[in-house]
Formats: sequence, structure tokens, C-alpha cells
Amino acid sequence: MNIIVCLKQVPDTESQIKIGPDGKSIVTDDIKWVMNPYDEFGVEEALRLKEKHGGEVTVVGLGPKRVTESIRTALAMGADKGILVSDEALDGSDSLANAKAIAAAVKDLDYDLIFTGQRGVDDDLGLVGATIAELLGIPQFSIIVKVEVAEDGKSVKVERPIEGEALIIESNLPALITAQKGLNEPRYASLPGIMKAKKKPLEEKTLADLGLDSAEFGEGARKLKILELTPPPERAAGKIVEGETPQEKAAELAKLLHDEAKVL
Amino acid sequence: MYFNEEHNALRDMVRKFVDKEINPKVDEWEEDTVPLHELFKKMGDLGLLGITYDQKYGGQGLDYWFDLVFLEELGHIKADGVPMAIGVHTHMATPAIHEYGSEYLKETYLKPSIAGDIVSAIGVTEPEAGSDVAGLKTKAVKDGDSYIINGSKLFITNGCQADFVTLLARTDDKPGFHSFGLFVVPTNLPGFVISKKLDKLGMRSSDTAELFFDDLRVPAENLIGEPGEGFIIQMKQFQHERFYALPGTYIKARDTINMTIDYIRQRMVFGKPLIKNQVLRHRLVDWITEIECLKHLTHHIVRMKIEGLDATREISMGKLIAGQLSFKVSNGCLQMFGGMGYMNESLISRYFRDSRLLSIGGGADEIMKEVIARFEGI
Ligand SMILES: Cc1cc2nc3c(=O)[nH]c(=O)nc-3n(C[C@H](O)[C@H](O)[C@H](O)COP(=O)(O)OP(=O)(O)OC[C@H]3O[C@@H](n4cnc5c(N)ncnc54)[C@H](O)[C@@H]3O)c2cc1C
Ligand SMILES: Cc1cc2nc3c(=O)[nH]c(=O)nc-3n(C[C@H](O)[C@H](O)[C@H](O)COP(=O)(O)OP(=O)(O)OC[C@H]3O[C@@H](n4cnc5c(N)ncnc54)[C@H](O)[C@@H]3O)c2cc1C
Repeated sequence: MNIIVCLKQVPDTESQIKIGPDGKSIVTDDIKWVMNPYDEFGVEEALRLKEKHGGEVTVVGLGPKRVTESIRTALAMGADKGILVSDEALDGSDSLANAKAIAAAVKDLDYDLIFTGQRGVDDDLGLVGATIAELLGIPQFSIIVKVEVAEDGKSVKVERPIEGEALIIESNLPALITAQKGLNEPRYASLPGIMKAKKKPLEEKTLADLGLDSAEFGEGARKLKILELTPPPERAAGKIVEGETPQEKAAELAKLLHDEAKVL
Repeated sequence: MYFNEEHNALRDMVRKFVDKEINPKVDEWEEDTVPLHELFKKMGDLGLLGITYDQKYGGQGLDYWFDLVFLEELGHIKADGVPMAIGVHTHMATPAIHEYGSEYLKETYLKPSIAGDIVSAIGVTEPEAGSDVAGLKTKAVKDGDSYIINGSKLFITNGCQADFVTLLARTDDKPGFHSFGLFVVPTNLPGFVISKKLDKLGMRSSDTAELFFDDLRVPAENLIGEPGEGFIIQMKQFQHERFYALPGTYIKARDTINMTIDYIRQRMVFGKPLIKNQVLRHRLVDWITEIECLKHLTHHIVRMKIEGLDATREISMGKLIAGQLSFKVSNGCLQMFGGMGYMNESLISRYFRDSRLLSIGGGADEIMKEVIARFEGI
């Protein structure tokens, strides 16, 4: 079975995020870029399915040239091929436009499953997976923690956690799955894998290559406009609960939770 | 300037491995020793235990820049005992097998070492011979097609967990440097005794043992290289051991400084953050400058190694600076933490204790100076 994994490059979650002078974007100078952690789950799941059912894993990334590094990481983990959709006209695109470009890049490929992350850890929108599925006209299963493909490779059973219960859904293939934490423990790119990655095919495509009109992309075409970015409020100082005995401390804590935090 | 895309990918991988598989566990390992079989298996699977070794034996056959990147990233481990245990396996106990060992030794011991299936140790030091290696007393006497080994080894890192010890023993009473053999000694042979696990000032996550060899019979084919040449081979192996120490030292020193800067930025003394004292800032940049020098000496050594040049002089200089610098920085940074630095709950106290070893182990500072003086003809 052939699997496509969509990959976004995002700032490392340990990066210090600073808001830029325009108040609408972040300063990217000192940022370390990594593969979106939810996409790592997608890559890992695709590799496990490939190991079981055979076939090929293709990684599709979108963005500037630096995204190549993250695609190479996926290739080093064991994926077979990479596609980078890169075009200056894509700068500033919203989720809808990005999904359009990705859908165009994969629509003619031979695939049974597509993985995306359930959301990017940068914008936290969670729109791209569903939009790609809609554009391709295939079923979509979001926030999935378990995937089982039938022996014959024709259908899939997925599990989605809901409020302490599990929703189990079966579907025909092809389908799109958005990966959630818990799906698996992603492997490391091994050193032999890293050395092999360079020799694996990595194709680069512009919007024109995909037959798309660049006017539909970029800042100007945004349906979703960012008006302003503000940092989260600074965390207030902690409080140490006083008291001689555990009973006294518990009583004091209950009082604080009721009167001050107002959660009880 | 020095690193390509693959080097960077290796760096990212090792960094992630250290952050996820090692650092969350080091506090526990400081209490009860790093479990090497478990750790080495994971590292072997990722191709990390034979970066420069021949692919025929499962190595990666890559150049010393890859090795450098690997060692630099190990410098971020928050307890030096762990990289030391790894370094013993990759840079102290196996290089001689790779360079001088027979096909049999490579197949039997190097291959599983690279795969992470077995753990190695290096046995040179004895109760009565440390700096003066040639003064060692452990004897290996040829008997038919085996050697019978008697003696003891002291301060042997990984000694409690090792599956084999690369052991230097005297094969002849003749004075001079051609009376020694370097042997691969499996620790499951009768006559191998771990006398005890030693209690140390620092490097507490690493196990250090005293070992006894009581009529231990090892097959003659376990001799590395030519008979009589063990001392010479070990002197060459020491170059790998000493090189191992350099990248981790400048990385750890810089991490220590960064951690200290974070602390003195927020520590208020006499109504202002400590970092506002020029004297402290100057002290920090003195060290940062020395760190930069050690880094570039190390890069120069990598280039010499790649060119196939003998870097003994430069490696000895690097080892000398590394020992002095790591102690100076950890001691000086501890000072800036004040009373808090003296508490075991702060990491700086561990870094201070760990750093004390480097000027003693693997050839003390004075021994490095002897080597350099010989090169300088003084
Ligand atoms: C934690 C730890 C781990 C170790 N791991 C290993 C291991 O895995 N395998 C192994 O074989 N060994 C190991 N060692 C031993 C280490 O290599 C020796 O301790 C070191 O070589 C010094 O030898 P020594 O302790 O016998 O000191 P000595 O030789 O007794 O020297 C004592 C001091 O005298 C000074 N000195 C020595 N010679 C001279 C000179 N010519 N001129 C001036 N001053 C001099 C030096 O300052 C030296 O520190 C380890 C040691 C420690 C502490
Ligand atoms: C084991 C132990 C026992 C102790 N026992 C006692 C006790 O019994 N009673 C008690 O009252 N206290 C005790 N102390 C506390 C001790 O006196 C303080 O730790 C010490 O005075 C330093 O203060 P500090 O730790 O707050 O360091 P800080 O004031 O935070 O200073 C940190 C470091 O900054 C540097 N520094 C500070 N000021 C300057 C400056 N102006 N210019 C440049 N550098 C500067 C120094 O290097 C200093 O070490 C003890 C401490 C320890 C570790």
C-alpha cells in the first residue's frame, strides 16, 4: 500500500517566540525549525504500515527551501520519496491555500492513505488535514490514536479518543487520517538512515508545475486574516499554602480554590 | 563552515536522543549507575557506536567530523559519567581491535560492540602503576595456545558491566616497551573476579571497578596485534581516548556557563542582578574565549586525523587544556552560585565534582606536559 505523509516545518517548541515589529507575525531569525511533532507520528505510522503491508511512503512538504531538511529527516527515518511544494507566491498563505497546493501535489499520485498531523504546533488551527480530504473527496478521520489496516489493504479501522471513551470507525480506502499523540512512539533517524536519505528522490514543485494560479495564494488571497498577535499573559507568582498540619493545609487550599481561584 | 547537511542531521538525532533517552534518567543513574547494555543497544541500533569503523563490522565508515559531532552532542549530557561510559566503549577499549585486531577478534568482539550487544572496558591502570604505564605488574604467560593471566587492575570504568576487558599485561620481564601484550579478555572466563565497585567523588553514574585475574586462561588468538607490541598499541589507543575528551569538554563548559548566566541574571545581590558586576562578566568571557580556543584546536586535530597525520602533540595539548578548563569553569561557576552551588540539589555541584577527573584520568596533566615537552625537545 502507498502512503502519503504531509509534513509541516514549525518552530521547535523550545524556541522563544517573539512578536515582530508589525505585530502580526513572529521574528524568525533565531528559530530552530523542526518537523511538526504530530507529523512525526504520521511518518512513524506510515513506516509501520509499510513494514507490514509493503508499498511506498511519500513525504510531502510545503514552504521555503529549509523545509527540505525536515523532509530529509523523514527520509532518514525510512520514507522513500519526498516532494517539496515551494513557491514565493505561497508566502503568507492561509490553511485553505496551503491545503489546495498540497491536494494538487498529491491528487495524481497512487495512494491508499494520507497522514497529516492533527494540527500544527505553530498556528494550532488543525484545518489542513480536513481541507485536503475535502478537496480530494476522500473520507477524513481526525485526532486518531490507533490505525489498523485490513489484511487485504482495502479498508482501515481507526480509533479516536472521546471523553475517556474510544470511538472506533471503519472506512474504505483511500482515506485521510490526522495523527494524534499516542498513535505511536516515533523512531529516531538512524545514522545509516541519514546517510541514505541524501540519495533518495526529492522533487521540487512550483505552483505553475501543479497547474495552479498564483493569484489564489499568498497574503492577498487569505480568507483568514491575522489582525494582531499578543503574548499570553505572564504567569502570576505561585503561592505556598501555609499550615501546621496536613489538615490545616488542605483546609487552606480548599479555601483558596474556592475564594481566589473560584474553581470550587 | 565545517558541517554539511548529514553532520547536522546526526547532530539533531544525537541531541534528541540525549534529551529523551538520557537526560531524563541521569539523576536516577547518578544514584545507581547507568545500565549500559540497555543504553548501548539503543545506540547501536542508531549506528552510533562505530561511526568511524569499517562497514564490514557494522560500522558507518564515516570521517572524524561525524565522530566530532557525536562527541560534541554527548557533551550536553547532564552527568559526565554517562558519556565517559560510552567513550570507554567507542574510543578507549575498541580502537585497537579495529586498527590492529585479527579478523577473528573483529568478528567476535568488535562487531557485537558496534551493534551494542556487548559492553567493553579498558584495563591499563593497576594499584601500583597509573601514570607509569610500563610499571604495570599484571602478567600474561604463554602456555601452549593460550596465555595465563595473573594480576589486578584498578579504577576500571564499566568494569562491573563489561563483557570483555581490553587488557594490557606484561608478557616478558625484559625492560623496555616491547614486553607487553594487549588482550581481549572476556569477563565470563574462570579466574575473572570483580573485587568491588568503587565509591567516587564524581562521575557517579559510571561504575568503576577493581578487577582481579586469577590464573585466567585466555586463548592466544585474543592477543591484539603482534606479540610484545601491546604497549605501543596502547599508546596509540590513548590518542583516541584523549581525543574523545575534547569535544564534550568545550560543550559542557559552555552549557555550564549558560546555566550560570541564567542564574546570575535573576539573582539579586546588593540590590542588583549579580550579572551587573563587571568582574563576573569578564571572568565569564575569559572562559568563553578559552573554550573557543579549545574548540578550534579540536577542529584542527580533526583535520590532522583526516589527513592521516600524527596528532599526538596536539591531542596532548588539547587534553591538558581540557582538564584545566573544565575544572576552572565548573569551579568558577559554582562560586557564582554562592551557597546554592555547594548544595547537591544544584546541577553545578555535580558538574564541579565530575570535572575533577579529567586532569587525572587518561593521563594526568603532568603526563601530558611530559609528552609535549618531549615533542618540544625540552
Ligand atoms: C573515575 C576514574 C576512572 C578511571 N577509568 C579507568 C579505566 O577505565 N581504565 C584504566 O586503565 N584506568 C582508569 N583510570 C585510572 C587513571 O587513568 C589513572 O588514575 C591515571 O592514569 C593516574 O594514575 P594514578 O591514579 O596511578 O596516579 P599516579 O600515577 O599515582 O600519579 C599521581 C599524581 O602524580 C602526578 N604525577 C604523576 N607522574 C608525574 C610526573 N612524571 N611528574 C609530575 N607529576 C606526576 C600526577 O598529578 C598524578 O595525578 C580511572 C581513574 C578514575 C579516577
Ligand atoms: C555549607 C554551608 C553552610 C552555611 N552555614 C551558614 C550558617 O550557619 N549561617 C548563615 O547565616 N549562613 C550560612 N551559610 C550561607 C553562606 O554564608 C552564604 O552562602 C554566603 O554568604 C554567600 O551568600 P549566597 O549564597 O547568598 O551567595 P550570593 O550572595 O548569591 O552570591 C553568589 C556569588 O556571587 C559572587 N558575588 C556576590 N557579590 C558580589 C559582588 N559584589 N561582586 C562580585 N561578585 C559577587 C560571589 O562569588 C558569590 O559566591 C552557609 C552556606 C553553606 C554552603
